[in-house]
Amino acid sequence: MSARERVAGQVANYVDERTGSAKWLKKTLTKVFPDHWSFMLGEIVLYSFIILLLSGTFLTFWFDPSMREVEYEGSYEPLSGLKMSAAYASTLHISFDVRGGLLMRQIHHWAALIFMAAMVAHLMRVFFTGAFRKPREFNWIIGVGLLTLGIVEGFLGYSLPDDLLSGTGIRIAEAIIQALPVVGSYLAYFIFGGAFPGEMFIQRIYVVHILLIPGIFLALITAHLMLVWYQKHTQYPGPGRTEKNVVGYPLMPVYMAKAGGFFFIVFGVTAFLGAFASINPLWLYGPYTPGQISAGSQPDWYMGWLDGLVRMAPPLETYWFGYTISWNILIPGLIIPGIIFTGMALYPFIESWMTGDKREHHLLDRPRNAPNRTALGAMSITFMLVALINGGNDLIATHFDLSINQIMWFTRIGIIVLPPLVFVITKRICLSLQRADRELVLHGRETGRLVMLPHGEFIEVHEPLSPQRAYLLTQHEQLPALEPVAADANGVRNPKGAKAKIQARLSRANQEQIAKPTPKEVLEIEDHH
Amino acid sequence: MSNEIAPLTDPGLPEHIHRKADVDPRAAKRAERQVGILFLLSVFGTLLFIYAYVGIDESIFIFLPIMGTTNAHQLFLGLGLAMSLFFIGMAAVHWAKTLMPDHEVIDHRKEQRSKDEDRSAFVATVKERAGEAGLGRRPFIKRTMGLALGLVGLSPILLLRDLGPLPENELNETNWKAGTRLVTDPGDRPLKPSDLEVGGVAQVQPEFPPGKERHLDDIAKDSVLLIRIRPEEFNLDPERLSWTYEGIIAFSKICSHMGCAVALYEQTTKHLLCPCHQSTFDVTRAAKVIFGPAARALPQLAITVDSEGYIVAKAPFNEAVGPSFWERDSK
Amino acid sequence: MRFISRYRRHRFAGPFLLLAGLLFVGISYTVAQAASESAVLNTSDKATLIAEGKEIFARGCSSCHGLNAEGAGIAPSLIGVGAASVDFQVATGRMPMADMSHQAMRKEPVYNEEETAALAAYVASLAPGPAAVTNEELAWERSGDTAEGGELFRNNCAMCHNFAGQGGALTQGKYAPTVMGVEPKHIYEAMLTGPQAMPVFSDSVLTPQEKLSIIKWIKHAENEPALGGAALGRVGPVTEGLLAWTLGLGLLIGVAVWLTTKAR
Repeated sequence: MSARERVAGQVANYVDERTGSAKWLKKTLTKVFPDHWSFMLGEIVLYSFIILLLSGTFLTFWFDPSMREVEYEGSYEPLSGLKMSAAYASTLHISFDVRGGLLMRQIHHWAALIFMAAMVAHLMRVFFTGAFRKPREFNWIIGVGLLTLGIVEGFLGYSLPDDLLSGTGIRIAEAIIQALPVVGSYLAYFIFGGAFPGEMFIQRIYVVHILLIPGIFLALITAHLMLVWYQKHTQYPGPGRTEKNVVGYPLMPVYMAKAGGFFFIVFGVTAFLGAFASINPLWLYGPYTPGQISAGSQPDWYMGWLDGLVRMAPPLETYWFGYTISWNILIPGLIIPGIIFTGMALYPFIESWMTGDKREHHLLDRPRNAPNRTALGAMSITFMLVALINGGNDLIATHFDLSINQIMWFTRIGIIVLPPLVFVITKRICLSLQRADRELVLHGRETGRLVMLPHGEFIEVHEPLSPQRAYLLTQHEQLPALEPVAADANGVRNPKGAKAKIQARLSRANQEQIAKPTPKEVLEIEDHH
Repeated sequence: MSNEIAPLTDPGLPEHIHRKADVDPRAAKRAERQVGILFLLSVFGTLLFIYAYVGIDESIFIFLPIMGTTNAHQLFLGLGLAMSLFFIGMAAVHWAKTLMPDHEVIDHRKEQRSKDEDRSAFVATVKERAGEAGLGRRPFIKRTMGLALGLVGLSPILLLRDLGPLPENELNETNWKAGTRLVTDPGDRPLKPSDLEVGGVAQVQPEFPPGKERHLDDIAKDSVLLIRIRPEEFNLDPERLSWTYEGIIAFSKICSHMGCAVALYEQTTKHLLCPCHQSTFDVTRAAKVIFGPAARALPQLAITVDSEGYIVAKAPFNEAVGPSFWERDSK
Repeated sequence: MRFISRYRRHRFAGPFLLLAGLLFVGISYTVAQAASESAVLNTSDKATLIAEGKEIFARGCSSCHGLNAEGAGIAPSLIGVGAASVDFQVATGRMPMADMSHQAMRKEPVYNEEETAALAAYVASLAPGPAAVTNEELAWERSGDTAEGGELFRNNCAMCHNFAGQGGALTQGKYAPTVMGVEPKHIYEAMLTGPQAMPVFSDSVLTPQEKLSIIKWIKHAENEPALGGAALGRVGPVTEGLLAWTLGLGLLIGVAVWLTTKAR
């Protein structure tokens, strides 16, 4: 036994005698993680969050969350002598008078954008592969919660520096609050400590931004990861991979090195962006005052779709019984996002109700093998993209020589027409891909080699698939659609009548599949060759 | 349920293929060297960072193609940091990929569901313990407890009451009064009609008595845009026309949609555009909405001139400025 | 202000100083030439200049603006617009318009300085209006105040021209052009005369002094080096979001793919 091994043994002994964790630690260190690039998306989110905590802490050392009016005396000359809030002045101080301050500010902001982008990409991966199915519904809901919180947290951070752009964002947020029926103006006055913009807002959202939401984030992320840990990671289908196992690399040492290394890579890429690409050059925006505005005032991308929806809303407002209701704000600003996020949170339950499938799933779906789900996802993405495009319509107009009115009308119509269209097209594509898979299994891969048969006919040589590949293309199960049960054997009407009918109808749409080759068909083909 | 879960037999995990570094000691040595070099690149990054922090002055600018003239201090600080972090990661991953064991391992799953006996034991325990508490047998306790727990949440909500004052009538009020002069923002100069040419605009605020300071809260409600067009171009009812003066018309600059500053005035079309959500207002028709999400015209401020010839407000705004709210009188 | 100005003295900026110097010499030469030309013109008969302008006008402008500049259905009257307006429109190449369907765009001027001056003199002779200015007359570098100019710019200009003067969209396909790289005198004349959709900012609304401050701020924004890296067009969060998805997430996914492929 070498000296090093002896020390390691002593440490292990010391820890175990105090915690009794030897068994758990051993299990943990040999825990298996499947390897796939799309499984790293969630890690990007986690690491961006850690980068946000680190860089954010650095920024708090100088940031002064106060709306007290000060005269700027820092080193950025084009603003010197102007009246501004202490929050804005201290942000300028961080940018120009703290070495590395601008770098950290930019890293913080880039990390926030990547945090949200990776979160959305992770969400799409989970959705399209069906990773949210039983037993992972809780984790899906936690994920939706994290996404919602991420949007709020990002918006608050965007608002903190109190520059012209962020102030404009707050103004719009205030208008949404004020538009709430019955309580709106009261709520706005409570939140802002009086009339907009007041003198309290920055310090209030500061506490929410640096303490409250990060705290909830930490708790939710911990729960999210513990569930992943406990339920073990899902895996893509393939030879040797079943619902009962998980194939991959052990935590110690491979995954530790890879995941740990990936943290540094994410941090490095974020720092690279912070060094080379300017983000939120707030010294150009100037301090916030409600009387000023810049052309092309947009929120960060994760709010862009919301802004796009608000822009395209029809000018609806009602004045009934002496009360004003701003539908042009409520519908795009609260009702539609509410429906989207609630629907998203409930989707695992909706799907399992539609398919009648209540079993556990640890093998992921290939998106083509769940055409309805894939089409629904593509449809949602289309909706969001159309909204997002309208959120930047003024810039698109100037850069592509269009008019904002044209883009607005395109998106107003497009947001209704395009998503269903994309749904149908995606579903057709999925079914075609299934058909192609079936052809592949039955007839093999086209080699492109032509041979002439003795009687002169030319045929292309098809190469049979490897058993591994053939297995991959046929391993998925194809459930039959649920039968509508109108009445039971004794003629008693199904008490769930209409509901059961809808369920059966949805199930039928959901189970629309190209039948995969049966073993018999495969055998026949093999005999034939 | 489908009777054909997998029509083809699972061929099992593919055979493990050895990497070069596993069989060829020279390849392993090379991989080791590569990992080392990556770590050294990280060291170089840290050194660059330190050098940039202490050695490169913040006032130094360098020219880079594509990026243009860039601050060298910020750039090399960031580059150093990025390198020092990125290459640690690359080294660790390269190490794991080439030199650490790459045998795929199989771990077995069990169903999430507990064993049946555990589940029934759990249910039994809950029933037994709940019975011991006797909640079911003592409805009075049950009800009063529900009441108490339901009410206790009220106090923290009540505690939030002092976050802000009640809006009272404030949302309907501005600092404009009959006779208030319109002064330029910034500059605080009063304006005469002759100061504004046809096609001209001015951003104005109400004049404050000496000593009174203008806060952002005031600007958020008082901001007004003054526009002059040819009087014959107006398409207004007589009352609204009487609120103008020699072709000069004044509107609240705070958008009736979400409160952005509406000030994109197009002299040719006489349209006002809000850059936030693209609501478009027609100046000749009392800022009627002609495009976009805004549902109400911008409030018009009645103006006239005072004895000294300066433009003044004839009356306060006759409606609330800015975005809508529940109690707003929107006849 | 140490942060911005001191870099000029640094050795790295040497080639730039040289370049800037050359540019300066070139510009001042052109300006000097123009000045000497106008001096020559002043001595010549003013009536000749007006006549010359009238001739150019009849050839190049009257088809839209009418023979006596009284305006027609498609083009406004030019009586009373003054020399400033002519100088701005013609010297920035906006007039004559190449394409009537769009707004007048900045392009290579059609007429040279002499012809522009003649046109301006002719239009100014029709009715009094704002006079054209020269860069030297403005002296914005001495009299302007950058900070004040920035505030005025944000209050009066940024809503159309964007916070950094990059331009922005107006209704129905019109747009506010970028103010980067525009001659100071043209910025001044534009504020004074309100070309196309732009409103007029008379001298009482924005005093001449304030106009100079705005020019100084614009010139500052134009020359401000990248303080935090590539400027991404200075158009706000849209390009930032685009870069986060493409370069940021793209790079990371690239690394993730490499990370999860088996080594050979």
